[in-house]
Amino acid sequence: MPDINHLNNLVVQVRRDILRQVHKVNSGHPGGSLGCAEFLVALYQEIMDRKSNFQMDGIGEDLFFLSNGHISPVFYSVLARSGYFPVEELNTFRLLNTRLQGHPTTHEGLPGIRIASGSLGQGISAAIGAAQSKKLNHDTKIVYTLCGDGELQEGQNWEAIMYAAGNDIDNLIVTVDYNKQQIDGATDEVLPLGNLRAKFEAFDWEVIDIKNGNDLDSILNGMKIAKDKTGNGKPVCVLLHTIMGNGVNFMMHTNAWHGKAPNDEQLEEALKQNPVTLGDY
Amino acid sequence: MITKIQLEIHMKKYIDTGKKDTRSGFGAGLTELGKSNENVVALCADLIGSLKMNDFQNNHPERFYQVGIAEANMMGIAAGMTIGGKIPFTGTFANFSTGRVYDQIRQSIAYSGKNVKICASHAGLTLGEDGATHQILEDIGLMKMLPGMTVINTCDYNQTKAATKAIADYKGPVYLRFGRPKVANFTPEDQVFEIGKAVQLQEGNDVTIVATGHLVWEALEAAEILNEQGITADVINIHTIKPLDESTILKSIAKTNCVVTAEEHNILGGLGESVARVLAKNNPTPQEFVATQDTFGESGTPSQLMEKYGLNARAIVDASLRVVSRK
Repeated sequence: MPDINHLNNLVVQVRRDILRQVHKVNSGHPGGSLGCAEFLVALYQEIMDRKSNFQMDGIGEDLFFLSNGHISPVFYSVLARSGYFPVEELNTFRLLNTRLQGHPTTHEGLPGIRIASGSLGQGISAAIGAAQSKKLNHDTKIVYTLCGDGELQEGQNWEAIMYAAGNDIDNLIVTVDYNKQQIDGATDEVLPLGNLRAKFEAFDWEVIDIKNGNDLDSILNGMKIAKDKTGNGKPVCVLLHTIMGNGVNFMMHTNAWHGKAPNDEQLEEALKQNPVTLGDY
Repeated sequence: MITKIQLEIHMKKYIDTGKKDTRSGFGAGLTELGKSNENVVALCADLIGSLKMNDFQNNHPERFYQVGIAEANMMGIAAGMTIGGKIPFTGTFANFSTGRVYDQIRQSIAYSGKNVKICASHAGLTLGEDGATHQILEDIGLMKMLPGMTVINTCDYNQTKAATKAIADYKGPVYLRFGRPKVANFTPEDQVFEIGKAVQLQEGNDVTIVATGHLVWEALEAAEILNEQGITADVINIHTIKPLDESTILKSIAKTNCVVTAEEHNILGGLGESVARVLAKNNPTPQEFVATQDTFGESGTPSQLMEKYGLNARAIVDASLRVVSRK
């Protein structure tokens, strides 16, 4: 059984990491990062079967691809706190010569990253490729990817979504961070996504909704169902209903903090709402 | 006066053994790779016949991926397949291999350092009747600007086949450019393809002709015509545009003191500019450019187009005479 207390503590600590990273360099994307903290903590701590030593080829272990690379603060925090690199390195986020570039990259050799992302819409394709390699290698592990909901406005996703179903890529779980926000406003105002479930189902995917995508139990249960649906000839989509800015009351339910860092006072207030659990970096 | 027979003796190393298309050289190389390297996988965006990938598909259906008309997705899948140790070869027209998917190549392949081989047929004007929508003349420039990307433009069937096999042994992203028409096949079948190493085809003292792709054979023909006029040419086949074999070029220019570059590509961004950069830095030298002049192509037969846009032996001769007069 997962230790929910520990996971909750980790989520709070990850929130602090996110806030402190973006505050220090006065740039970065806290909103989407906070919204996905519970998911990535659950994924790396409980859901994925990972090896301790990072190998690019990832043979014999589950893989994760972050398509919406701008939520790098949460990705870096979870990677560091899952043992891929020292947590102290979070201090270098977005600084010159850092391995923790504004958007994740393999270019600087940061363990845990398998492909660059940031220019949106490319993660599902890469995940499909990795999933196909696993099949060729008779590797039964699963490939996970996370993409933003606004990101689904990029056409390449729909090429990939059509391909995955048409080619029985059933060792793939695509999670959509369904927070209904993007830089310029609500997705419904910028470019309505319509009925995402119906769209994925029309492309012949298995679709699961996790109604409370910021609740660890809901995530763990939903992802178990998702995993159970793999291996049956269809790719699996998880619509993860999240709240952008979750865990910091003045950042929630708005797109205002999509790509804006808190000032000193805002940081203090946000950290007060999320007291230290495991220790700051 | 040199007779035709004497010329043939002079040129005997480079006899056309029968016209073949470079894309078939790619297909033949891929077929051999299928047998020799189990990590090689092939992806195609609905152009299997045009890319001559049928044999690979038939021999190794489990390692062949028909992606459909979705090139962006193909590049992303190829990048992903390198994770797990595969060596993906993507196949589609040059236009759809570069301009259409530039950002996918840039982020998922080049910046990510993925071992993908982007194999591009129907490059340049010699695609012919389909016209400018399909005749990319900017692809060399696009690809050579990407950090870490190797750019290769082969001249004939044998060289394309050898290059296809060679790039599988090289770790890193490669753009391999070839074409549609049947052209002279003169590279020795057993010639080893060395990435980044130019092939000196002919020695001469008066002008250096640096050519790539379909223009290499035209350069050899131009050298014959020039020879009749008492001008001897160093002819260099630059199959690898990046990394460029600077030392071979500089060594030749030290002797001839002038150069003509020849390519089936826009004058902006192509081989000519790469050579000019090397010369400007090391040995400023008169240069003439045989290339398209910042224009799109149009419909026509390959030979009509090469004539109209000044990409043939006659154009190389004229450029050589001009550049020799500038010394």
